[in-house]
Amino acid sequence: MNMESSTETEKQSSDNAIIEIIDMHKWFGDFHVLQGINLTVRMKERIVICGPSGSGKSTLIRCINRLEEHQRGRIIVDGIELTNNIKNIEKIRAEVGIVFQQFNLFPHLNIIENLTLGPIWARKVPKAEAEETAMYYLEKVHIPEQARKYPGQLSGGQQQRVAIARSLCMNPKVMLFDEPTSALDPEMIKEVLDVMIELAQEGMTMIVVSHEMGFAKSVAHRVLFMDYGQIIEGNAPEEFFENPQHDRTKLFLSQILH
Amino acid sequence: MEELVQGTQTEELKPPVASVGFIGWIKYNLFNDVFNSFLTIIILYFLWKTVPPLFRWAFIDSVWHTTGTACRDATGACWSVISANLRFILFGFFPYELQWRPLLAMFILFVLLFISRDRKYWKKPLGYAWITGLFVMGLLMKGGLFGLTPVESTQWGGLPLTLLLSFFGLTAAYPLGVVLALGRQSKMPAVKLLCVIYIELIRGVPLISLLFMASIIFPLFLPEGVTINKILRAQVAIILFTAAYIAEVVRGGLQGMTLGQYEAAESLGLNYYLTMRLIILPQALKIVIPPTVSILISAFKDTSLVVIIALFDLLKTTQSVLSNPEWMGFSREAYIFIAILYFLGCFSMSNYSRKLEKELSRGD
Repeated sequence: MNMESSTETEKQSSDNAIIEIIDMHKWFGDFHVLQGINLTVRMKERIVICGPSGSGKSTLIRCINRLEEHQRGRIIVDGIELTNNIKNIEKIRAEVGIVFQQFNLFPHLNIIENLTLGPIWARKVPKAEAEETAMYYLEKVHIPEQARKYPGQLSGGQQQRVAIARSLCMNPKVMLFDEPTSALDPEMIKEVLDVMIELAQEGMTMIVVSHEMGFAKSVAHRVLFMDYGQIIEGNAPEEFFENPQHDRTKLFLSQILH
Repeated sequence: MEELVQGTQTEELKPPVASVGFIGWIKYNLFNDVFNSFLTIIILYFLWKTVPPLFRWAFIDSVWHTTGTACRDATGACWSVISANLRFILFGFFPYELQWRPLLAMFILFVLLFISRDRKYWKKPLGYAWITGLFVMGLLMKGGLFGLTPVESTQWGGLPLTLLLSFFGLTAAYPLGVVLALGRQSKMPAVKLLCVIYIELIRGVPLISLLFMASIIFPLFLPEGVTINKILRAQVAIILFTAAYIAEVVRGGLQGMTLGQYEAAESLGLNYYLTMRLIILPQALKIVIPPTVSILISAFKDTSLVVIIALFDLLKTTQSVLSNPEWMGFSREAYIFIAILYFLGCFSMSNYSRKLEKELSRGD
């Protein structure tokens, strides 16, 4: 269950770990949603987490930027430990961007305002500079022409790409993706995945909760399978898909890979 | 080929005469079935019976500039009760020769309100204009500076008093209500409890009792010799009362926000204050514009309740005129007049709220 021993590369490079999660537990009321998570993510590593619904995968990545609070164990992001210390939480949130399943754009602001809000208000970046950065990232996600529109005027795929650009505008070291394509119509999934692949090629550290196995195969360094609040197994994609070790993984893969 | 021919044919065809234009409209809306035709005829009959006599009473047989005794001979409305007492109705006991001052103050208020209608002027200069305007208005009412004769606030009355109580009542109650709503949603138990108690307590009593408390009971707790202006006390009561209602409406709006909006703001590193100010409140307050305006409108009308603590607002000055033997019995005309004034106030508020709602919803 402990990932550290599973691959040799990790031992060699544990010094450039950007996220370390050590024996982390979380409960929702009496429900033990995360049961002893151990995970180390290295710089520029791309991890895809899959597993049945209710297995705790979303909760796991939401713990990393403190949208959920863990109750036991440790989470260390770029050398800063997540505690109740509000300063530490702010520092970690500045390094970790998240993209949500439901996009969560701000519907009352236009696209450029959505993108510049964080930098201007939380980072005190001058407006002109923030807008320049915003345009840069809008071009990166291929929708600079939508800058003055409102989220409600965009398609789901476009909205999700705006959401990715919004996170990137904060210049994060790690990007978390919480089922980024699950709320999209099928024809829009590809445009979002393409943006994510481009991001991966540029060397972004990414943790992606997703059932897009094609994406996992093409960009992930490691695929993790979670069930019942535990990381059941994790491996390089070829190994993971060709040769799953646990029965539950095999069952899950047979269900989603038809 | 055939399709093409058909296409040109349909273009040239006009809809049947009976379905468009005036006749079409009448047929469709007023006489589209037996029951509606019946209703239409009944209503027409009712209007025929009421409108012409009313018009006759109000305009043809009415008198406009006579004495009270002359009025009694007239068969129509006696608008003289207004024209002869207009200055008292509007300004109450404000010294007669100084009444240009409240008039000017009201004019400034209307101009400022009119300019503020347009959102593109909502910038710093307008803020300064308001500050200066409020100062000038206060000066005009109170006097005592720049050679203006001082006027005691006990002499204030009529429309300026109504506007004063409403304007400050509404503008102070709104932010207070928003703060209370946020407090009620707070994670800090003490703050939450305090806000809940406040809101429920205030909503549990009628405004009249609050006004009584402010005017009669509250002074009993003050030390000997200390008095607080009666208008101010009534004003505070109105603010506290209205704020509790606004708080509940705003809370409804806050509950309409999805958790995702908070999370997105949080993950961008916005703190609580910024999240509320930039993300949550702009959306939540927009949702609740209609019920908020309902509350503001009813608060505006409720200012007339200050008559019971003997403040001479618009309603009270009108009543005083009617208790004058010369004008006794013309309450119909007098009340129609102030009803029109109140209606203008309420209608412009609701009109403006619709305009604002439209402007703010361009993103959806």
